[in-house]
Amino acid sequence: MIKLLSGNEAFARGAWEAGVTVASAYPGTPSTEILEAVVNYKQDIYCEWAPNEKVAFEVGAAAAMAGARSIVTMKHVGLNVAADPLMTLAYLGVKGGFVAIVADDPGMHSSQNEQDTRNYAKFAKIPIFEPSSSQEAKDVIVYAMDISEKYETPVIVRSTTRVSHSRSLVECRDRREPNEVGFEKDPPRWVPVPLWARPMRVKVEERLQKLRQAASASEWNRIEMRDTKLGIIAAGITYQYVREVWPEASVLKLTFSYPFPDELIREFAAKVDNILVVEELDDLLEQHILAMGIDCLGRDFVPGIGELSPTRLAAVRAAYEEGKPAQNKFEPDTDLPGRPPVLCAGCPHRGVFYALAREKAVVTGDIGCYSLGTFKPLNALDIILCMGGGISMAHGIDKAKNPKPVVGIVGDSTFFHSGITGLLNIGYNKGNSTLIVADNRTTAMTGHQDHPGTGKTLMGEPTTEASIAEFGKACGIKRIRELNPYDLPEAMKIVKEEIAADEPSLIISKGPCVLKEKLAIGGIHEVIEENCKECGMCLKLGCPAIEGGSGKPKVNPLLCVGCNMCGQVCKFNAIVSKEDS
Amino acid sequence: MSENKTTSVVLCGVGGQGILLASEIVAQAARIAGYDVKTNEVHGMAQRGGSVIAQIRYGKEVYSPIVQEGTAAVVGALENIEALRYAQYLAPDGLVVVNSQMMVPVTVSMGVAAYPKDAQERLKAKFPNLVYFDAGKIAVELGNVKCANVVTLGAVSKALDLPDAAWKEAIEISVKPKFLALNLKAFQAGRDYK
Repeated sequence: MIKLLSGNEAFARGAWEAGVTVASAYPGTPSTEILEAVVNYKQDIYCEWAPNEKVAFEVGAAAAMAGARSIVTMKHVGLNVAADPLMTLAYLGVKGGFVAIVADDPGMHSSQNEQDTRNYAKFAKIPIFEPSSSQEAKDVIVYAMDISEKYETPVIVRSTTRVSHSRSLVECRDRREPNEVGFEKDPPRWVPVPLWARPMRVKVEERLQKLRQAASASEWNRIEMRDTKLGIIAAGITYQYVREVWPEASVLKLTFSYPFPDELIREFAAKVDNILVVEELDDLLEQHILAMGIDCLGRDFVPGIGELSPTRLAAVRAAYEEGKPAQNKFEPDTDLPGRPPVLCAGCPHRGVFYALAREKAVVTGDIGCYSLGTFKPLNALDIILCMGGGISMAHGIDKAKNPKPVVGIVGDSTFFHSGITGLLNIGYNKGNSTLIVADNRTTAMTGHQDHPGTGKTLMGEPTTEASIAEFGKACGIKRIRELNPYDLPEAMKIVKEEIAADEPSLIISKGPCVLKEKLAIGGIHEVIEENCKECGMCLKLGCPAIEGGSGKPKVNPLLCVGCNMCGQVCKFNAIVSKEDS
Repeated sequence: MSENKTTSVVLCGVGGQGILLASEIVAQAARIAGYDVKTNEVHGMAQRGGSVIAQIRYGKEVYSPIVQEGTAAVVGALENIEALRYAQYLAPDGLVVVNSQMMVPVTVSMGVAAYPKDAQERLKAKFPNLVYFDAGKIAVELGNVKCANVVTLGAVSKALDLPDAAWKEAIEISVKPKFLALNLKAFQAGRDYK
């Protein structure tokens, strides 16, 4: 059966075909849709959202130690969170197949940094696979599971944004019978106390040698001979760009890309006159080939910053051949207004940011929708580092005796991800910062995934609804308040009071994600032109439904959900609900 | 370079306008017509009212899922200035279809940037092969402003060599049953637009 699947849907299908029975993940673009597709197989695969990637990784690892096949999925920065169990799982190994699908985001379409996950495979001394299409994404999971079981090693499958979010045709197959499960007690195998960890260390090196030969022999790495003047080495999506831009060149296509297949690289090098290495982000392969004593070109021509594309590679080709890049007939206009992502019309975070922006405080923030509060006109965030960092960084600035008060912000999903430990630190170490959880009862930015606070599992079952306030109490925070972000005077009053308080406080700002609920909060608003003095106060909300720029503002009825924040900031009663007027 | 027989389509607009659905319909139509197909789309942050681009490529064998600049057979834009923003993808003889509805970016509302007053003139001057029409108005007349994306797609389809039956089947499998009749009408209205 042939289906048009995204790379992420194909990974999920591959897991099902490979006989996977356990899947755990924390959502993160571009990896999110993998588990959202796995849940379609919930009768065969137990799947869950874990509160963070470290937990997901540990769940999957343990399932594989007991003999099951398991997958865990995350984005590149998520693997940093899971790096601790990764490095030791490489020593313990697994019994059932274990694949971590890690999606990199070259070009930072939706991420706070660019990082090349291949470094982690090298660091942990485990194999990595890089598919270049949805078909390969599906098939490679089955193959990676076999390699994982044969060599008793955890395996990484590296995706990138363009593999995860591209759709292409996939021929689907049946499901393999799942493994028998039964954990066998064997402390020297599973317990890395120094006595037993030292021999594990030796086994890791021996395994890496065997894997290097397996990579050279693998059908997943292939030499495509065409013209012998130029041979290009590429892995992952860059293979597809290379085929597009250099259709006549010979190619060494790597999918089982680490350990580097030395024998195959030597064989290819002997067949072509020149070698060009085309790799996205870091130059791991190029440096390795040079260290093998084989001459090649790469980073001198291929950019190491940002995402590659056929357009960029066409320029690389032109530079390599010392020609001139072809001129586009149509150039984009350069004076167009930017169209940055914004908090949605009616987003409850807007109210709390509006209140915060009116205080003289340093605000440490977090990733997620509310990172959009950084931009004009809200200007409400001063620092963003990583998930959960909004809370712990506030404490750092507080303890540095910063002259201005400090406020830390996280979302509800981020709070459960890794905010709780930071809050516990503040309670324990006598901090004095104000923490705000912007609680919209979902993981909004990645597309409304459930989390421990939503009362629902990924497989759709009702469950315990974790209380942020109770966690606050347990962490030793005594001042805990809720606010309604749609009530601007109340929000401003509470934020002011808590910043002034002489002890740490936790504010839970509660309002639903309007994009998820798709519910109107009130009547659609309109501007009564004779009352409008063009003072611009309503525009300071940064609401996409209020269109300004020239003359009196207008409310776009297609976008307005009737939250009435604009009505509250207008001193002249010029913005009202149509139902009231 | 050898002749590239792959057909590339670029659809663009603002997050929330239904670009991904339009992209899905093109991809399914190409698949039904018997081609290899690859698509790419924007997820995550950019969907929050940001600028969105979706790309579809079909042919005998497709390699890259993203379009090389200067090669798209057609650029379909659900908003004026988004067509100007992604102009570089268009092939020299390509068609541009623009829904004339304006979506004011928040940068303009804040007064830090200006929406070009002459957007329509620029489009007409820049693209010799342009269809410029109010797809939103047609959609409202059909009963739902939200099908402006499929109206625009109908006009885009004229630049593509995919059979009517493939389009119809693609729409059937891509939209919810209760919106099927509306979307079939919307597609035809765009296709019939002169």
